[in-house]
Amino acid sequence: MRIVNIRPQRGIRILTGAIPIAIALIAYAVVSAARAEANPHDKVLPTFLAMAEAAWRLFSQVDPRTGEVTAYADTVASLWRLSIGVAIATVSTLLLGLALGAVPIFRSTLGPFITILAVIPPIAVLPILFIALGLGEASKIALIAVGIAPFMIRDLVGHVSGLPVEQAIKAQTLGASSWQLILRVYLPQALPRLIESLRLSMGPAWVFLISAEAIASDVGLGYRIFLVRRYLAMDMILPYVAWISLLAILTDAALQWVSRKAFPWAHGEAK
Amino acid sequence: MTALLSFRDVWVEYGDKVVLERVTLDVEQGSFVSVVGPSGAGKSTFLRLILGQEGPSHGQILMDGTPLTPECGPDRGVVFQRYSVFPHLTALQNVVFALECEQSPLLGKLFGRARRDAIAKATEMLGAVGLEHNLQVYPAQMSGGMQQRLAIAQALIKHPRVLLLDEPFGALDPGIRLDMHGLVTRLWREHGLTIVMVTHDIKEAFKLGTRVLTFDKRRIDPHAPNRYGATAVYDIAVKRKDGDVAAVLAE
Ligand SMILES: Nc1ncnc2c1ncn2[C@@H]1O[C@H](COP(=O)(O)OP(=O)(O)O)[C@@H](O)[C@H]1O
Ligand SMILES: [Mg+2]
Repeated sequence: MRIVNIRPQRGIRILTGAIPIAIALIAYAVVSAARAEANPHDKVLPTFLAMAEAAWRLFSQVDPRTGEVTAYADTVASLWRLSIGVAIATVSTLLLGLALGAVPIFRSTLGPFITILAVIPPIAVLPILFIALGLGEASKIALIAVGIAPFMIRDLVGHVSGLPVEQAIKAQTLGASSWQLILRVYLPQALPRLIESLRLSMGPAWVFLISAEAIASDVGLGYRIFLVRRYLAMDMILPYVAWISLLAILTDAALQWVSRKAFPWAHGEAK
Repeated sequence: MTALLSFRDVWVEYGDKVVLERVTLDVEQGSFVSVVGPSGAGKSTFLRLILGQEGPSHGQILMDGTPLTPECGPDRGVVFQRYSVFPHLTALQNVVFALECEQSPLLGKLFGRARRDAIAKATEMLGAVGLEHNLQVYPAQMSGGMQQRLAIAQALIKHPRVLLLDEPFGALDPGIRLDMHGLVTRLWREHGLTIVMVTHDIKEAFKLGTRVLTFDKRRIDPHAPNRYGATAVYDIAVKRKDGDVAAVLAE
């Protein structure tokens, strides 16, 4: 039988999926234990125990200098920046994506401009944002919004303008005005696509957040990682990376869940 | 009396390419016009002209004696071969949509009594096409035949002056196609519709139509295939006896 035709069952899939993860974890445990044996002060590959101790301090102990639990304060600050930045990008994408996708004259007016914006590497404009908006929250939020919005807008414009022309014709023969066409035909079909492109944009959004925090901040997940890097504190960095990944996975699962619940038709599901 | 639709020396050109030339014909109210012809002859273009999706390059198209504007309106219903229904709306919502557009310009949604009336009307229309048991189903869960039934119900709720069908049964299985022939014939008779249907099946054209138009090129320039356009080369009236209609309905 050809390998392309072998379809593993659910149980086997879970098992085969777990194998590489298990191997990576075991390999790490073995290597870090060997290094710890050779040099008890080794910082590069901390043991799981050392990481658990560091994580315990970060996630449950109040830092006497700040009076707060470090990881909690960092998470709140980062998620706040991330959600405001992403919300600004999402709302502007919905408005511009619908306007440009549905109305050809808007598309020919603003389309080229957005295409140019989309090729500018966002990190390159970070200094401009710092100069224009200062080193506070605004510039970090702006970087996230500016970083992901052009891609999302282009994606949504492409999706809306690519919907079968038959739908627009049909709606007009049923008496729909431009406004009703956008509201009742384009908007509902834009929303699941918007969630989909948001899911794809969350990765870049985290990159922009962490970059901005690394450069100018005094609290935040990215700030913390880059701060303790100076002391080679891998036992703190790795739990933070795991925590960020967990937040990203949960966000993705939540977005997917919302899309399935709200737009079953877009997932080939019944009402 | 003036014809429902009247084409006066209509031409359609895309750049150098002449697609339709010198189309002059009338469509009477209550007729069932089948349009046949080779692929690329301009059958869909002819339908798009009536629909108002585009305008002629020269000539005039009149509906009830007044020139058509090149924009689709609710006096003309349409069913395409595909993509005629909204995938994000259930069968019922697809049909209620037209009533919502008419009665709620701002929100496109109805509430309370108006909503109940609209649902009752739409349910009745869906019953007429045999979808009374599939009101809450999304198009993706429907077979091709059911989707076309839905598209017809959706178009008929607006009581269009003319119903345009572009190869509506082209993608359906033969058995389902027979059912649809019966359905369209019944609706045409009961609602007193005027229908213009494009098909590539000549038997279907003669079976359903009261008139069969054949689009093709009269002249061909072997060195410049785009130089001449197609026109209605044959225009055949079909006597559709009541016995034939009964046979189609009985199938
Ligand atoms: N917008 C357009 N621009 C250029 N050519 C077109 C356009 N629409 C249709 N055509 C051409 O017009 C001809 C007739 O098309 P169509 O009406 O779809 O034919 P049919 O439905 O009879 O198969 C085809 O050769 C097609 O390529
Ligand atoms: Mg065609």
